[in-house]
Formats: sequence, structure tokens, C-alpha cells
Amino acid sequence: MIALDINGKRQNVDVPGETPLLWTLRDELGLTGSKFGCGMALCGACTVHVDGQAVRSCITPISAVVNSKVVTIEAVGGEPVGKALQAAWVENGVPQCGYCQAGQIMSAAALLRRTPKPTDAQIDEAMGGNICRCGTYTRIRAAIKQAAARQGGTR
Amino acid sequence: MSAPVDRVLRAGAEASSEKSVVLANVSRRRFLQGMSLGGLVLAVGFRSATAADEPKKYGADGMPNGWVDNPLAFVSIAEDGTVTIVCHRSEMGQGVRTGMPMIVADELEADWKRVRVAQASGDEKRFGNQDTDGSRSTRHFFEPMRRCGAAARTMLEAAAADRWKVPVSEVAAKNHEVVHRPTGRRLGYGALAKAAATQPVPARATLRLKDPKDFRYIGKGQLKLVDAVDIANGKAQYGIDTRLDSMLYAVVARPPVLGGKVASVDDAEALKVPGVVKVVRIESSPPPAHFNPVGGVAVLARNTWAAMQGRRALKITWDDGPNASYDSTAYKASLEESARKPAKVVRNDGDFAAASAGAAKRLQAEYYVPHLAHATMEPPAAAARITGGKCEVWGGFQSPQAARDLVAKRLGMSADDVTVHVTLLGGGFGRKSKPDYGIEAAVLSKAVDGKPVKVTWTREDDLHNSYYHTVSVEHLEAGVDAQGKPVAWLHRTVAPTIISTFNADAKNEAPLELGMGVINVPFAIPNVRIENPEAIAHTRIGWFRSVSNIPHAFAVQSFVAELAAAAGRDPKDFLLEVIGPARQVSPETLGDTWNHGESPERYPVDTGRLRRVVETVARESGWGRKLPKGRGLGIAGHYSFVSYVAAVVEVAVDAKGAVTIPRVDVAVDCGPTVNPDRVRAQMEGATVMGVGIATLGEISFKSGRVEQNNFDSYQVTRITEAPRVIRVHIIPGGDYSKPMGGVGEPGVPPIPPALCNAIYAATGKRIRRLPIRDQLTV
Repeated sequence: MIALDINGKRQNVDVPGETPLLWTLRDELGLTGSKFGCGMALCGACTVHVDGQAVRSCITPISAVVNSKVVTIEAVGGEPVGKALQAAWVENGVPQCGYCQAGQIMSAAALLRRTPKPTDAQIDEAMGGNICRCGTYTRIRAAIKQAAARQGGTR
Repeated sequence: MSAPVDRVLRAGAEASSEKSVVLANVSRRRFLQGMSLGGLVLAVGFRSATAADEPKKYGADGMPNGWVDNPLAFVSIAEDGTVTIVCHRSEMGQGVRTGMPMIVADELEADWKRVRVAQASGDEKRFGNQDTDGSRSTRHFFEPMRRCGAAARTMLEAAAADRWKVPVSEVAAKNHEVVHRPTGRRLGYGALAKAAATQPVPARATLRLKDPKDFRYIGKGQLKLVDAVDIANGKAQYGIDTRLDSMLYAVVARPPVLGGKVASVDDAEALKVPGVVKVVRIESSPPPAHFNPVGGVAVLARNTWAAMQGRRALKITWDDGPNASYDSTAYKASLEESARKPAKVVRNDGDFAAASAGAAKRLQAEYYVPHLAHATMEPPAAAARITGGKCEVWGGFQSPQAARDLVAKRLGMSADDVTVHVTLLGGGFGRKSKPDYGIEAAVLSKAVDGKPVKVTWTREDDLHNSYYHTVSVEHLEAGVDAQGKPVAWLHRTVAPTIISTFNADAKNEAPLELGMGVINVPFAIPNVRIENPEAIAHTRIGWFRSVSNIPHAFAVQSFVAELAAAAGRDPKDFLLEVIGPARQVSPETLGDTWNHGESPERYPVDTGRLRRVVETVARESGWGRKLPKGRGLGIAGHYSFVSYVAAVVEVAVDAKGAVTIPRVDVAVDCGPTVNPDRVRAQMEGATVMGVGIATLGEISFKSGRVEQNNFDSYQVTRITEAPRVIRVHIIPGGDYSKPMGGVGEPGVPPIPPALCNAIYAATGKRIRRLPIRDQLTV
């Protein structure tokens, strides 16, 4: 058994320590909001927060996060930044198929937490690892800026 | 050909004999089962037949199982007033789960805040055609869904009139209640639901549709997506998210070459991997590929990761078969050779040879577009279980009825015993029209005595075993007069056909491919010759968003710009001149027997509309504006899916040849719109996908195997390369009696040529081979 701290809850899982966090979340714990897209940290669909940092859960073994706090899309709305982003996503009609959007929001939340007023270049840098095949990028950018403005940041 | 092939060709060469469906014999029990929702009242008393019996076979009438407008199939009202509207088309990002119910709700005078949306399972006898492809949902179902809502509203009004014992002419439904106008009495929909359910479904001819000026939702674009909150919270359910009690997780090692088979397999090491439960062979299917699984070896485990580790430990020797020689470099050369020789004539106006011989000048160019993979963000995935002789399948399917029929066929069951639950699709783009992954899940469930099994494709699986966009060479020649205007036009298009996936002997493009922007180009050129050499397919060819329009528009719109440059003319003015004056051209006179399945009378090729999108996008983009060095504007306009789209791309090419796209303007004329914000969203997304096709995307084969593995080698557009600004200009659609056009696909085709035309304006370099990738690198 390996004990993990997921969304503020202690969870025991009975899988090998090298199992990626993504599959542990999805298959063992039923938290399917984090998505599988590539398995190689190339697309960002699996992004979660580990101690506040955006991390690609598809290549992160659970043995690496035993002493960390993991937050997923299911709980990021409990934080002001996450909540603001989720609202901005809905208001701007960002999602098309929606599959990548959990990862997009998680990357954006980590960005706004450390950079409350991001420039376009900072948005590019933070979001460049998140692929949206539907091509919602202009709205993602607009929603991040709107959430930043509502959080008190504008630029 | 088997049934699904007829589905494939339905809108094309073969006239379907299937009639639209009558709902009379569907029992209430089955209806309620299908809905699987509590508290439904209006769904009682399923009785009236209300389906089409018109003789013509265009639009939805030409599709298998046509359309249904029976409110009892689509609308239910609970006693608390909650209105549940069934969406029978699959949601893959186009917004159909918002748009389709919105049409019903508007005619129903329902308050959107009290509307829930339920997804139909695959059942075309009840719901009408469910093939969510061809950019068809809104134009095929706008009218049936309006009638559906109007009929339900009429039943509520009749119930209220009965209750009050007043003439029905004195009552009117408004915003979720029925009002008795003389007295101001009101009854909510919940209070009326039970009584309304006992009212007869009104005859179609008696229905009173709303005056469009009274629409509450249609055309307004103020409603949020029904799934947006769930998506933003991570609660939205895709096929890959399916979880069933005691479910096993599977991944499959598939033959790397189409037609390949397992020669031998050693699974001893795989079975030692912790969590691995079983290894199962999936038989390959004889050609043609159809929608069948390609076969292989499946590893079933207690979670996906264990299954992947088990697969890695398999020792498989493949027997590759005849396609092992497929090599993209050699194939390109063979297509080019074919494109340079006379071939089957598919359109011939005037006399190209004579006109070209007499022309002041002759020009020619060849364009290449490689295979592409859809690379939906959700890779193919599905779950299945079999209990008591019934099979249930869960997954994101663009054609759930085909999934149902083919699962039934593969398992030797009746389709009545197969239920296909349609989840959200994490992207479709045509890939998920082919339910091979659903059949895999069912086959694997059967192999473990019906236990639930979910099969997940990895990204590598997705790229290695897709139904690829075709690969093509487009050879164009023109004879121009002294002013540089074309008087003779030859277009030889050569590409393996989608039909080869269903008929291995098919070597020519089908009407549905030729009718995608090659023969139905309505230019004002008197001598036009279109030829189509044969090409043999060596992999599974399938639909990819906007399909053959991609290479055809790239070639045609690039070549027009090349002619403009040769004539020293402004590309926009020249394009308009080549399109010629505003007129309506019958697709039949262009040799297009397909016309996207639509009536040639109702949907002629309208050069006035094509001109208008070109003129609009030119005006809105500031065509002709001064730009700094290294920047350029390019324009292209294309007719597809009975809509008209033109784009102006602004590019910046730096000293090293790196391309960025500060801005794209898109003008779209898709007729009247239901949800303009989603029209905008589709144009934005299509622009980004078009940029990716132009700059990055390529699937290539060596020794019959795809060379790309994941998003490192098969690159798609990221936020860093996407246009920074995309401005969409929707041409006002006029009144709602006007024909609607497609939206999901027609935004793609103009983007690659507009981008390459912009690069020419910025640098003087002409791109004729996609993707651009490093062709500009200095």
C-alpha cells in the first residue's frame, strides 16, 4: 500500500510505486478528470498540481509524490484562482470537445498563482505544453486574461 | 456491399432505397429504457407515426433512417417542470448538444434554465440518422427539431385548454407555461405534463411554427454550452472515462502494417507483469478493412498501466503481408508520375487542349499534401460488457448505429440485443466515424465471459492504426490570355480513395471526393478538363475533417494566386475575376452528382455568395494595407459542405524563415445560423487545424509502417504557433427559410492556401508541398 495525499484526502493505493500518478488517479481512485493524451508529457492533458506546481501526471510515478500534496481538476475549483479560471472558461465558451481543458485549466492555474498578471509571452510559456486539437487557443488566452483581471491582475 | 458501406455511399453514387422511419411500433417500455431517466411523464402514449414519406432523397431524407420529428422520442416533461430534450447527434466539440436541443426548446417555449439534455443511444429507428459527420446536423435537423418542439408545445396548449374548458385558440404557451389570454390564468409545464401526454401528437401539416422574430434562443448565441461547467470541473464523461464494476483494462498490440497478422506470440513474460490478467488474440479481418478491428494481441489487466506494461513484454512476430512495401517517398513519386499523364476524364467543358495550345502563355504547378492523422485528444477508447445475452458498449462514436450493427455482426447477435451508449467524444474529426475500437471492446468482453472490458488506445496506437487522410498530388495547368486571365484549366487529381477502405479494388476518387472542390469549382473559365488517374491504397483511408477539400482547395487556391502573380495582378481582384460574375451554377452542369447529398435546386453553387465571402474578408482584414518587411497577406476562398468560406492570413516570416501568424480573418456564409457563437468557434478551431496541416502535419510510411509515434514526431499546432488573433465575420443568413450550410468542416480548406499565399507575399517563396515545416528555413 502506498499512501497519497490527493485533493486533501489521504488515499491508499495497492499498485507498484512506478505506476504513473495519472493511471492511479484514473483507474484506482476514479478521478477521471485528468486525461490521457500521450503518455510522454507532450500534450498536457494529464496536468495536475503537485505542491502547487503543474506536473504531467502521465510520467510522474506515484513513488515521487508520496510526501506531496496532489490537487486535480476535481478540486482546483476550491482555490480562488481555479474557481476564477473555471468561470472564465464557461463564460468565454472556451471548450469545444473539452477533453484537453482540464489540463489547460490546471496549467493556467499554476501560471496565475505564480504570475497573477501574465503577459502573452508568459501565457505562451506556461501553456505551450498543452495541446488543444480543437484549436481553442485564442479563447484560452482570453479566459486566462479575464480570470487574471478578476483576480485583481490586469495588464 | 454490406450495410455500412451503403451508409458510406448514401449521399453519393448510390441512391438509398431506405425510407425514413416510422416510430409507431416503438413501445413505451423501450422508450423509457432508452431514456433511463426518472420522472418522465410526457413520454406516455407513444402512438403517432410522424415521419417523412416524401419521394425525394436529398438532405436528411437521403440518409439511412432519415429523420424523426416525433416529440415523444425527443421531449419529456417531469411534473416538477423539468424538460428533458434528447440530442441524437454525437457531441465532439461542435456544440450539437447545445444547438440541437436549443431548437426544440425555442419552439417548445421552454425556459432554457429548466431544460436538461439527454444523449440518445445508437437507435436510428427511434431518432433518425445519427451519423454525425459531413457537417450536417443543423441543416438536416433544424426543421424536424423545430416541428418536434412545436408539436410538444401544441400538446401542452391542448391540455391547458381542456383543463380550462376553453377553445385552444384562446391559449398560448410562453416561457414554460400556458396562458389563457382572456383571463390571464396560467399553468406551468410541469402541472400540464401528465395531461399533455394523453393528447394526440398533432399532424405535421397542422403545426404552427414560431415566427422567427419570436425566437428566444435560435440565432442569438447567448446560451452557454450545456457541458461547459462539467468540462471545466473535470466531471464530463468521455468514452475513455467509462468505469464499470469489476472492469478489466485492455491495450492491444496491433499489426504495424495494414493486412498484417500475428505470426507467433510468446506471452509468458507479459503474464508475469503484476496486474496482468489475461492475453487474448483478436482475429484480423480479411480485406477490405472496413470498420473492422485490424486484429492483434490484447493484454487485459487490473489497470491501464499494467496492461501497457504487459503489452511491452509480449514477444510478437508479425507477418506483414503485401503492404510492407508501402513507402511514402516512393509513393509520392508514383503519384507524380500518374499526375503527369492523361487519365480518366471526370469533367470536360470546351476544349482544353485547343484552348491551351492557342493561349498566350501556359503555366503549370504540382501540389502535394501528405497523409494526416486526426489525433483526437481522446484517443480511441471504448468499454463493453455482455450480460444475459445482451451487449452494452460505451464510447464516443460519431456513428453509434454503425457501432451497434457491427458489434452485433461480430458477436453473432441481433442489433436489438446491442446497446451503444454515446459518451462525449474527446475530438472526432472523422476518426470516430469508424467504430473499430468499440468492436474490439465487445470482442474482448466476450473473451472473458462478458466481463466488462475497456480498451484504451495509446497515442502511438492512434497514429499507427488510424484511418488516414488520403495522400495526394494535384497537377494543374492553365493557358492564359494576353492579360494573364485563364482560358483553359486542367486539374489532374490523384489520391487513394476512401472507398478503398470498403472495396479494395477501388482506385479512382468517388463522386463524394471529386465533389469536394475539384469538379465543382465554379470558375468563369470556358475550357476546363478535370482528370483522375488511378491510385492504389496501402493503408486505411478515411474521412478527416473537410476531407478531399484539403488538397483540392490547397491546389486550386494556390494556383489561382500563382496565375495572379504571373499576371502581375492583385490576388484578391484576380480571384474574383476567375470566379466571375454572381450566378447560380447547377452542380450537375459541373459534373457533380453528389453535391454533399443536397438538392441541386435548393443548393446550387452560388458564385455570388463565394464572391461575397471573398469581398467581406478582404474588407474586414484591411486587404492591401501596408505591412512591414517580412510580412504578407494571403487570401483564399472555397465552397464546401454547401457553405462558403474565405480567409485572409497575415504572416510574419523572420530572417531565419520562422513563420508566425499575427492574425487571421475568416468570412463564412453558412446561411441562417442557430448558434452563432459556435459558428465562430468552429471557424476559429478550423483555422488552427488548417494552420497545423499547412505547417506541421505529416504521416509517412516506411516498410508499411507509420514513421510517427507521438506528438513529438506528429506535431500539431500549439498555442505558441497558433494565430494570435482570429476574427470571424459571419455573413447574415437571412430568413430561416433559406438553406443552411455546414459549419464543422468548411473552415479548414481555405487556410493552408491562404497561409501559403501570404508566405509568397511576404517572401516570394511559393510552397507547393505540405507541410511547410523547414522549407523556409534559411
